[in-house]
Amino acid sequence: MDFILLIISAILVNNIVLAQFLGVCPFLGVSNKVSTAIGMSGAVTFVMVLATMVTYLIYTYVLIPLGIGFMQTIAYILVIASLVQMVEIILKKISQPLYQALGIFLPLITTNCAVLGVAILVIKKDYNLVEGIVYGAATAIGFGLALVILAGIREQLELVDVPSGMKGAPIALVTAGILALAFMGFAGLV
Amino acid sequence: MAKIQSSLKNMVLSLTLISVGASAALGFVYEMTKGPIELTALNKKLDAIKQVVPEFTNNPNDDMFMLPTGEGDSLEVYPARSGEEVVGYAVKSYTNNGFSGYISFMVGFLPDGTIYNISVLEHKETPGLGTKMVPEGTPEKPEFKDQFKGKHPADFPLKVRKDGGPVDAITAATISSRAFCEGVQRAYNTFEKGGLK
Amino acid sequence: MNQVQNFTKGFIKENPILVMVLGACPTLATTSSMINGLGMGLATTFVLLGSNTVVSLMKNLIPDKVRIPAFIVVIATFVTIVDLVMNAYVPSLYESLGIFIPLIVVNCIVLGRAEAFASKNTVWSSVVDGAGMGLGFTTALGVLGAIREILGSGAIGGFKFISGDGILVFILAPGAFIALGYMIAIVKKINKA
Repeated sequence: MDFILLIISAILVNNIVLAQFLGVCPFLGVSNKVSTAIGMSGAVTFVMVLATMVTYLIYTYVLIPLGIGFMQTIAYILVIASLVQMVEIILKKISQPLYQALGIFLPLITTNCAVLGVAILVIKKDYNLVEGIVYGAATAIGFGLALVILAGIREQLELVDVPSGMKGAPIALVTAGILALAFMGFAGLV
Repeated sequence: MAKIQSSLKNMVLSLTLISVGASAALGFVYEMTKGPIELTALNKKLDAIKQVVPEFTNNPNDDMFMLPTGEGDSLEVYPARSGEEVVGYAVKSYTNNGFSGYISFMVGFLPDGTIYNISVLEHKETPGLGTKMVPEGTPEKPEFKDQFKGKHPADFPLKVRKDGGPVDAITAATISSRAFCEGVQRAYNTFEKGGLK
Repeated sequence: MNQVQNFTKGFIKENPILVMVLGACPTLATTSSMINGLGMGLATTFVLLGSNTVVSLMKNLIPDKVRIPAFIVVIATFVTIVDLVMNAYVPSLYESLGIFIPLIVVNCIVLGRAEAFASKNTVWSSVVDGAGMGLGFTTALGVLGAIREILGSGAIGGFKFISGDGILVFILAPGAFIALGYMIAIVKKINKA
């Protein structure tokens, strides 16, 4: 597997938000300001890589040997939830600045379907551990890219006279649609 | 009944209770659905095989064997027999070069290597463009994959016109068409090298 | 609030996706046709009904501090049941919905209703609330799916009424975002009036 291809594909061609529709909730929720968008992206990258790693190990060394692959969903969501809690506690103890930058976003990540989605996709696509981690990291960067771009556009939109009915979620969605259109131009790149 | 307190004992007890209940329910549903799930997967495979080879009387799934592609992996081959006579082989092939990556096919060959029919199993191609590789046409209104029927890859190079071959690509979906050819070629190479001809 | 209001609030007034914008991922991803949208909606409705019922039955047995993990386990159980049953009996729909079936577990609507409604109300109200919210979600997905199918492939429920292609972009990702954006704007207008 060519890692460069894997990375480009995960960031641009199959962008997690704009092409695969995972993580749309935080994509719309925290894209008001570029600074929060960057904080969120950082937290997601951190958790996504960790979660992919841990869930992969649990799937391969616990669920499969026990023959309970069907418990995947329930095991993953519990792992991710406790992982997020742990990361929050550890960050608080060891790095106050990092905690202040990422801390408030961490609880939101448990219900970010991109994290669970990537964990499931890694198994579905038959990646090995290293490929899985690279895929997780690249996907998270793709998420961050889309989020920061949308936040940049929405900051500009603040100054524009949007029709009252379109304010908030509708205009954000339409903007995201146009952004998705632009990202479709990357298809066929790999 | 009053709400119970958040003491450690209660917390552990209630979570354990819920987990045990959940596991029991899931184990039960899993046992119940295991049979039907395997059956649907098998039927899907058999349907695809039926589509791509002439009528057969054996169960190709029981006779399945693997053949190396020569690229470091192996493909599944399903022989179709009518009585004792082999009437065709269904080769499960793939390509990673579709517009959206992975596509898998069931390619059916007659014993002499002529393509009988092709069926797309999985794909993520663009709706309305790349997806046109899936449907089966009629003699009056042939679809993309019909042009492969009855052709022998030895004298019908599996290449689109842009690459100098005889295959008419799907309009606006050259990459998908190219990937399709590549997947069929992989099936044929494997078939030929396996000495089945 | 009587039960009729409790049931109907999920359709327009408090529609989970169109008003509260919860559960946007499956909404966008699975509405490339009406059938897929309805299938996703019904799968979510089943999970909502199940989790709302169980959570409200057990609300007194779950200590407050561990309520969220407890809810998640209950929800994940129902999601896995749906996943297995759909895989066994409706394989083609299961395949087209793909990864979004297990992802119902992180659909904010389900956890949201368990936390905000079922853990505070009687079983019967919770069932009605789950049904209303679920069917409201299903209706929204069905309508969005129908719009995208009509515009995108010139068909409805799989039956083509024009020859050739529709406006392809509506079946693709960008069309999903844009169509949902306009639908939310329209419902906003209706609710204001």
